[in-house]
Amino acid sequence: MQAFKGFVIKEFKQIYRDKRTLLVLFGMPIIQMLLFGFAIRNEVENAKVMVLDASHDQVTRQLISKIDASNYFAIEGEIQRYDQIEELFQQGEIDEVLVFESDFARKLNRGEKPTVNIITDASNPNLAQLIQQYSSSIIVDFQQRLADNSKLQRGGITTNVNMLFNPKLESVNLFVPGLIAVILMLISALMTSISITREKEMGNMEILLVSPLRPGQIIIGKVLPYLVLAFVNVLTVLALARWVFEVPFRGSYGLFLAESLLFIFTALALGVFISTRANDQQTAMMVSLAGLLLPTVLLSGFIFPISSMPVILQWISNIIPARWFLIIVRSIMLKDSGLLLVWKETLILAVMTIGFIALSVRSFKVRLE
Amino acid sequence: MRIIKFLLQKEFLQIFRNKGMLPIIFLMPVVQLVVLSFAATYELREVDFHLVDYDQSTASQQLVNKFQASGYFKLKSRSSDVDEGLQKIRANNVRMVMVIPQDFDQQLSSGRGTSVQMNIDAVDGVTAGLIQGYGRSIIQDFSSEVQPTLSNIQLSSQSQQGIEITPASWYNPNLDYINYMVPGILVVLVSMIGMFLSGMNIVREREIGTIEQLNVTPIKRYQFITGKLLPFWIIGLFELGLGLAIARFGFNIPFVGSVWLLFAIAGIYLLVVEGIGLFISTITNTQQQAMFIAWFIMVVFILMGGLFTPIESMPPWAQDLTLVNPISYFIKIMRMVLLKGAGWAEVQHLVVGLTLMAALILPAAIFRYRKSTS
Repeated sequence: MQAFKGFVIKEFKQIYRDKRTLLVLFGMPIIQMLLFGFAIRNEVENAKVMVLDASHDQVTRQLISKIDASNYFAIEGEIQRYDQIEELFQQGEIDEVLVFESDFARKLNRGEKPTVNIITDASNPNLAQLIQQYSSSIIVDFQQRLADNSKLQRGGITTNVNMLFNPKLESVNLFVPGLIAVILMLISALMTSISITREKEMGNMEILLVSPLRPGQIIIGKVLPYLVLAFVNVLTVLALARWVFEVPFRGSYGLFLAESLLFIFTALALGVFISTRANDQQTAMMVSLAGLLLPTVLLSGFIFPISSMPVILQWISNIIPARWFLIIVRSIMLKDSGLLLVWKETLILAVMTIGFIALSVRSFKVRLE
Repeated sequence: MRIIKFLLQKEFLQIFRNKGMLPIIFLMPVVQLVVLSFAATYELREVDFHLVDYDQSTASQQLVNKFQASGYFKLKSRSSDVDEGLQKIRANNVRMVMVIPQDFDQQLSSGRGTSVQMNIDAVDGVTAGLIQGYGRSIIQDFSSEVQPTLSNIQLSSQSQQGIEITPASWYNPNLDYINYMVPGILVVLVSMIGMFLSGMNIVREREIGTIEQLNVTPIKRYQFITGKLLPFWIIGLFELGLGLAIARFGFNIPFVGSVWLLFAIAGIYLLVVEGIGLFISTITNTQQQAMFIAWFIMVVFILMGGLFTPIESMPPWAQDLTLVNPISYFIKIMRMVLLKGAGWAEVQHLVVGLTLMAALILPAAIFRYRKSTS
């Protein structure tokens, strides 16, 4: 026990003496959080629209100003000929062109159906889909209001929509919990995997192995400082989320911190597992960086909803630990879910952690080759 | 020249001898490209919903059937208690709770008008917006379907009136997101390989101590840097070629523009990325530090590069930051050239930007590298 205590103290000293790395470890999550929290948005705001209006009557003018007035769109100007559209899109400055047929108002009054053509630059299909949806719902809305004005009570069904937990549909509320997961995952897995392989590469592992410490103690000693570090990161990131981004926190702080601790364990165990398999730092880093970065960002539901993915990918996403943590964090922060509602995800994370530990114990070599 | 040749030989030997690294350099990017490109979509698939039907009438049943038949919604559970539905949203079992009021059928058939409530889990705002859009249009459709059967002729002629909306998606009529994502993800993978490998290289020699052996040889600074850069430059271009081949023949993405133009620009782009890696390598002492900084820069470049979320949605100051983000330049170029067939005239201002970056970062890295140890 004495030896173990000494070893842990040595590890702490080694890490906290390296001021540059420490600054990076504490500073970078904060900078990233600030940068991404403010910059990553997926709501459409002021998409640039050009108008090709062949009728120039009262109805089209009303409709155009209604579209311009919404937050989603900004009318950039008007063009005269259809063949100008190609050129506009090539330059990439315009996202959408609205084309109104001639005699728009007259046809509408006569009961014919005048056409409005919504042309989007679909080289970004995700954006194109959203702005198409938004512009047609504005037009449908407009048309309904016209009909309501011209006739008295019409009957029919009105739809009342309640946006729960996030009434303004702000993407900050989605991304900030996601960032916590991504940052924790990468820091914890990366740092542990490097620090253990480093001992191997420098040849210090032999010294540790012949010491009275048992392999399990060596690993715990290596991991402990990073556990503390990652937990401090959780607290700072949480503080930023609360007070800088004003993301609502409706659930219990205790549960949140406990779940974060569990997730840190998962990530650390993954890091240990990588380090038992990799022989040098370079390999460990490439696996935990190049191998984990994109899958964690893409398959965890951080930006793109998992329910939108093809079924096979939904299956694959099950093995991404961040996916489960994300569900937990979002549920606790935004939906005030208790442990009873997220026990399944918690259990999965716990099983993953135990699995990684078991695998690492099996592949941890106590002998030299 | 001979010295550079030997250095290259040494670097390549070192790369190909490390059996642990080979699959990471060559296999992992391919796997990620193939798998991850499918993940990046907001397309709405089946939304599980909970139904609270206070009316239990034919009309309400018809509406629910219409929802199910749309292919976007799937009835997961029903109850006579709204709170139970909300609890199901909290537990992430359903994403929408639909409430149909008591006298739905009666109000509707008497022509008085009624309402349906949709409670949507809006944690994910974009999906919530789409659910609302599809839900509303289904209800609207239903509303106009039942109306003519009960109203007079005047009203039915009224419902004929309206504006016809015809959407058109240029360059990508089926809104196929694969075409859009593959070039972008390819850029990220190539950059990661380029920046991480070159970023770790010199600092590794320093950490192991072999840098001193190199320092006492008559190798000149530029020769040393060339020897360190060129192998990864070649590997980077090779991976780009491999990725483009997969995009062309695996994903069947039509290449509208010139691939050769793309390779020429990629040559410049890789210099920028490797220059950054090399620069990090010269200012750090351990691989751990180098990796952490490289990781930080990479994540910032990727998430703010317009790959997943459109740059136009970012606040103005963040849009300005993309001016110094090489990844955002190259992603833009890739998409413009491959998907829209842009030529040199359309991309030249972006290429000038990349060239400027290369002209800044490479000399800086070479200048920072010292042959003497402190």
